[in-house]
Amino acid sequence: MKILVCIKQVPDMESKFKVDSAGTWYDESNLAFRINEYDEYAVEQAVQVREQVGDADVTVLSVGPERVKEAMKKALAMGCDRGVHIADDAIASRDPFEIASIITDFAADKNYDLIFTGMQSQDRGSAQVGVLVAEMLGRPALTTIVGFTLDNGVITAKRELEGGMKGVLKAPLPALVTCQLGLNTPRYPTLPNIMKAKKKELLSLSVAELAKSEALAATEKVAFPEKRGGGLILEGEPADLAGRLLGILREKTNVL
Amino acid sequence: MKILLVGESREGKLLGSSYELIGFAKKLGAEASMFLVGSSDQAPAFDGTLYLADAGRCGEFNPSGHKELLLDVVRRENPELVVFCHSSYGWDLAPRLACALKAAQVSEVVDVDDGAFVVPCCNAKLRRTVRPKSAMAVLTLQAGAFTPAEPTGAPQVVPVEAEAKATAEFVGYEASEAKGVDLSRAEIIVSAGRGIGKKENIDIIAELARAMGGEFGASRPVVDAGWAGHDRQVGSTGQTVAPKLYMACGISGAIQHLMGMKKAEFVVAVNSDKDAPIGELADVLVVADLKEFVPAFMNCLQG
Repeated sequence: MKILVCIKQVPDMESKFKVDSAGTWYDESNLAFRINEYDEYAVEQAVQVREQVGDADVTVLSVGPERVKEAMKKALAMGCDRGVHIADDAIASRDPFEIASIITDFAADKNYDLIFTGMQSQDRGSAQVGVLVAEMLGRPALTTIVGFTLDNGVITAKRELEGGMKGVLKAPLPALVTCQLGLNTPRYPTLPNIMKAKKKELLSLSVAELAKSEALAATEKVAFPEKRGGGLILEGEPADLAGRLLGILREKTNVL
Repeated sequence: MKILLVGESREGKLLGSSYELIGFAKKLGAEASMFLVGSSDQAPAFDGTLYLADAGRCGEFNPSGHKELLLDVVRRENPELVVFCHSSYGWDLAPRLACALKAAQVSEVVDVDDGAFVVPCCNAKLRRTVRPKSAMAVLTLQAGAFTPAEPTGAPQVVPVEAEAKATAEFVGYEASEAKGVDLSRAEIIVSAGRGIGKKENIDIIAELARAMGGEFGASRPVVDAGWAGHDRQVGSTGQTVAPKLYMACGISGAIQHLMGMKKAEFVVAVNSDKDAPIGELADVLVVADLKEFVPAFMNCLQG
């Protein structure tokens, strides 16, 4: 069985962001990057399927600049068998349709039985690329998955819906699933597996080798949201803060 | 401007979010029609054309089938915008339609800016303005971002039908696990987010909630990590709460969480990150390390 898992590298969301000089994305300097959280669940599920079926090969793919190899190395240490890095310094300016076209062009002749992606990225949050790849490849897409089993070539997946409900879906392979947080418990790479991962194949392709489409949308501007204001900000020593907060709560609410 | 809205039903009932779509169309001053897979006795009240497919016949959740039906309606209406809710239904279906139409999709729209669309990014710390290049664009709207229209008027119903074969079989719905705690009745809720650092610290938050005479809740990452049960989860996929006092400890304020607690009367956020999006909603933001602040606050309460 051939499995593809697509991952993105994103900044730590706790970072202090700055807008870049063009005013169309964040400034990458001084940001710590990591695997998109949703994609960690995708990697874990792909590795679990490989462990279940035995005879399977998991390729991890990422599009982006040189730095994304760090995220790929983690995925390899988690158990992916090989990596394909599609080198692209212009990734931040591409829209989901372009990115999906690039991945589709790479995947089209590889006959993957199963493709895993995160349901969205933490930085863009468009939740489009996975579904677009499935549509372009003509595969069923099962999205926002919080439960996954594979039995005799048929996936049973639970989709997360609003209000704690789930929808249960079945689809035969080949298919693509987009993973929601909480799908599984992503493993920590062990030191021996980190060492082993260094020997795994990590192929680099230039994005120029792959067919792209024209962008359908462009980012015009990135800015900080306007502060709503009004909210009181308390800073200082913890003991002092505690006293001030209790005073405010006693004055403004009638529950304490 | 012509705009096609994609309404939503769940278990045979029209979802209220469909009126947010109508509200959005009104805000744009657009001529709106709606596509809905549902039933005629659950039609939304608005003045316009309702393209109605029967959920019993084509399946309430059948995105590949709904896409085909929608493509037919798009051909008839030729709208400039096709608008969904940014919901589990919308973010699943919208890219399928956008792909088939080769139309730009802009996800989780919160505002309109001179023909471009504003969306949050980086956990709502930044906002991005996106301009579609295609003649037709597909949007999904963030839940709660646009004021719902008052239900008024009666649509002109046009039945739609097509051979809508599903590429994935919908087996059925599964209700949420049995509820242990009903947070919706609590007057005080102290919630723990990822910022509490480790599982053991849940006990400290629970103790604080008890000392204040309330219940403790949790954000999604805390529940996903197994630090608290799902019955404690506050947010769009957990419980929706409206306490008199909500104290968010170490919660950054992802929109899914805010959707669950924005009806709280008074919100306190305790966070070491002064820029955490929860600060936008909080009446008081305490910038502090939880490890130091919570014991100090307990002291004050008991003192």
